[in-house]
Amino acid sequence: MGTTASQLPKDLLSEYQELTFLTKQEILLAHKRFTELVAKEDRNDPSPRVPMSKILTLPELKSNPFRKRICHVFSTSESKDGSLTFEDFLDLLSAFSDSATLEIKSHYAFRIFDFDDDGTLDRGDLEKLVNCLTGETDDTRLTPEEMKQLINNILEESDIDKDGTVNLSEFQHVISRSPDFVSSFKIVL
Amino acid sequence: MSEGEMTRLKEEVEEKKKLISTLRNKPWRMRRRLECLKDAQQFVEKFEGALGKGKGRKLYAFKVMMTKKWIKFNRDFENFKTACIPWERKIKEVESHFGSSVASYFLFLRWMYGMNLVLFGFVFGLVVIPEVLMGLPYGSIPRKTVPRDEQAKAMDFSVLFEFGGYCKYSFLFYGYYNNQRTIGLLQFRLPLSYLLVGVGSFGYSLMVVIRTMAKNSNEGGDGAEEGDFTFAWKMFTSWDYLIGNSETADNKFASITTSFKESIVDEQENQKDENIHLRRFLRVLANLLILCSLGGSGYLIYYVVKRSQTYANMDEDELSWFEKNEVEFVMSLLGLVCPPLFETIAELEEYHPRIALKWQLGRIFALFLGNLYTFLFALFDEVNAKLEREETIKNATIWAMKEHYSNFSELNNSTAITPLSINPADVMRGPCWETAVGIEFMKLTVSDIQVTYLTILFGDFLRALAVRFLNYCWCWDLEAGFPSYAEFDISGNVLGLIFNQGMIWMGAFYAPGLVGLNVLRLLTSMYFQCWAVMTCNVPHERVFKASKSNNFYMGLLLLILFLSMLPVVYTIMTLPPSFDCGPFSGKQKMYDVIIETIDKDLPAFLGTLFTYAANPGLIIPAVLLMVLAIYYLNSVSKAYKHANNELRKKMQMQRDEEKNRRNNKDSTNQVMKDLEDLLPKKSPISASAKENTANIQPLSELGDKPSKVSQKPGAVATGRGVNLQRDVSLAMANPRMAVTRPPGPRGPSALPGNTLQVPGGRGRGRGQNPRR
Repeated sequence: MGTTASQLPKDLLSEYQELTFLTKQEILLAHKRFTELVAKEDRNDPSPRVPMSKILTLPELKSNPFRKRICHVFSTSESKDGSLTFEDFLDLLSAFSDSATLEIKSHYAFRIFDFDDDGTLDRGDLEKLVNCLTGETDDTRLTPEEMKQLINNILEESDIDKDGTVNLSEFQHVISRSPDFVSSFKIVL
Repeated sequence: MSEGEMTRLKEEVEEKKKLISTLRNKPWRMRRRLECLKDAQQFVEKFEGALGKGKGRKLYAFKVMMTKKWIKFNRDFENFKTACIPWERKIKEVESHFGSSVASYFLFLRWMYGMNLVLFGFVFGLVVIPEVLMGLPYGSIPRKTVPRDEQAKAMDFSVLFEFGGYCKYSFLFYGYYNNQRTIGLLQFRLPLSYLLVGVGSFGYSLMVVIRTMAKNSNEGGDGAEEGDFTFAWKMFTSWDYLIGNSETADNKFASITTSFKESIVDEQENQKDENIHLRRFLRVLANLLILCSLGGSGYLIYYVVKRSQTYANMDEDELSWFEKNEVEFVMSLLGLVCPPLFETIAELEEYHPRIALKWQLGRIFALFLGNLYTFLFALFDEVNAKLEREETIKNATIWAMKEHYSNFSELNNSTAITPLSINPADVMRGPCWETAVGIEFMKLTVSDIQVTYLTILFGDFLRALAVRFLNYCWCWDLEAGFPSYAEFDISGNVLGLIFNQGMIWMGAFYAPGLVGLNVLRLLTSMYFQCWAVMTCNVPHERVFKASKSNNFYMGLLLLILFLSMLPVVYTIMTLPPSFDCGPFSGKQKMYDVIIETIDKDLPAFLGTLFTYAANPGLIIPAVLLMVLAIYYLNSVSKAYKHANNELRKKMQMQRDEEKNRRNNKDSTNQVMKDLEDLLPKKSPISASAKENTANIQPLSELGDKPSKVSQKPGAVATGRGVNLQRDVSLAMANPRMAVTRPPGPRGPSALPGNTLQVPGGRGRGRGQNPRR
């Protein structure tokens, strides 16, 4: 890159504009927020990596029940620790931006919900999903019978080939018919 | 390079370009996309130069350069447009605290502000500025001067606040504009411009509203039925990722849990009808009560407007402030008091909350509409009264003029008569009903603004202060119980905004300054309400989804647009304009301006064209044609809906068949079952092919599936594999030899004269030939 890490070179900026759904201002804002998170000793690193604990301090992600999964899905680190480089961060913002297509969003939503990363949403994934959505405290959680009933209902609705799991195409089939998905699956810096 | 190579290369370059433009749609990692982009760009650059050889080289290179510049320009323009949108930060803050439904109100407000800004631009640029710059100044002609008897009080604040005095005779109202056909050096035709701007603002608003509605309905998803995927949607789409505040997040968790529990237990609201007669009676009673209150409010408005007419005839000093502003006060009060009244009455009805909300919105809509139209009818009475008075004054002025001329010729004994030179302030003036109507609308808008702001201040802010500070010394917990902090009333605010816009549309023709006032109002509203919502409101307990209601509110706006267009069009077409004020004074009807323009300014043939076009003989067939087109489009759309439903049913049936097949239940369709048994299963085709060649002993395998499974090559070892293998072995029970070997070549069976060979040809590929 040749320049200091605090400034985004122009050609890279235009390439990022080409490759993501973000506008120039959004990319520059993302760069600013990202460099604020970078640790002081990594400042001169050409492509610094921010650990997951710092990413989770962002106000946009702080209250999200899926924040850890989001970091894991977009992270390219070999050690699978959920840390993000700037390009991963841009990927994240692009998938969650207003102009991203339904296919991209549903693809990433599937990967976020797939807690065990096996390519399908099985009962365990769905259970963890429901627990994330109903909060941490005990009085908001569902009883085991309610949970079983709920998951049965969901599989009944979305599992077309009746193999007990929801795969990517079944998930996309369900999601594409929802009118709320695109407008709620949004994060803006 | 040969032609073929050139075209192939061109195709590849086009492909690479397409790849570049769709790269952002691919869910790859950024690194991979960057590399792919660089490769594709290099390829394109390398070969685009090569392609440019030959005759059209310079043109091709030019085209390429222009396309690149155009793409860059587009991107920069998009960036610029996004940068121009105001209040993004504010709305985002509200969104993260309150969720997307409250934010949708502010997005709507911002959209309204944009539309009003454009309307203001039209009115200001095409009507106000020309008159102010190029028309006659204040005080030169009677219509622009304050009459002598009002001049003493014309500068008083109370008079100005009522839009009397100098306000009334300024560019804010209809009466100020002169009826000169052309003004200034540029020969600007002001009356024509006034009329066209008035009509054009409706046209522009209509276009904008319909375009937004179309855009909203496009985002509505594939249109599955509501009940299809309730649980799956609740799971996958209920979380609002814009929430950035932990308190809101907790609320959202609670509401999601409640909605899960509700759907699991399956409609607790569906009570067994204990007493259906009582419920019906209560509902009828509730509707009666509400109809009564609607009627009562309509009558109250009518009565108050009538009273204000009698007040107008009395001397101003004897009236208190209340009596002078009675109409606006009553209307705003009704708008404040009635909706909660409707809500309390609606508790008798015991509907499901969503249905109850729809009824409530419908009733508030009826209330506002009824009030507005009663107000208008009362106003029309006033206008008619003014028109009658105008007749007498007109006659009086004409008589006075004749008097002056006869006196003049008598005294001076000459035929050259100089016109009467009176100070414009002393000339006898007609009542100018258009300005009066404009003033009424202005006052209504101002009182509406006052009421809204005061409600927010007292209803929300003071309440929040009281709850916060009195909580220290109060017996019960004010924050948890009554009254607690207020929630932001989305539907009330949106309806208020829509009705305010309806009033603006109605009044803008008579008071060009009204649009400017509205722009100011929306601007201050945005800041004030953002502050109020962040300071005094708490997030909703039950968080509603904003998506489907967007088009509902747009539909309401469209309806209001049509309803506000009616009075204005009626005035333009039927009522005669005042004889001494406004840009249409002196004409019989307001649209005469257009006829005058066609006669004088446009070339002759256009005039004859318009006369032909206005012929009833042409208009009636045109209207019939449009009716036929509507009928045709309606039937086509019904046919599409029907086809859609059929397709959906087919998909549903296929899904059910798949489910049945996978669960090995008996298919309802016996033919399908036989067919399925014959055909190879779709997943383990390769496995079954291997099995066929290796071991063909169908019937014995039914009993010992697991052992056979482990021996077969390529057997799937997971749990899923067992099922599949079972399916395969079941299918193996049927003789498969006939199908897996391809049928033998047909031979020359089709040729005549070769009948002897037919049996032989057919028999080669098959084990049994029934013909033989």
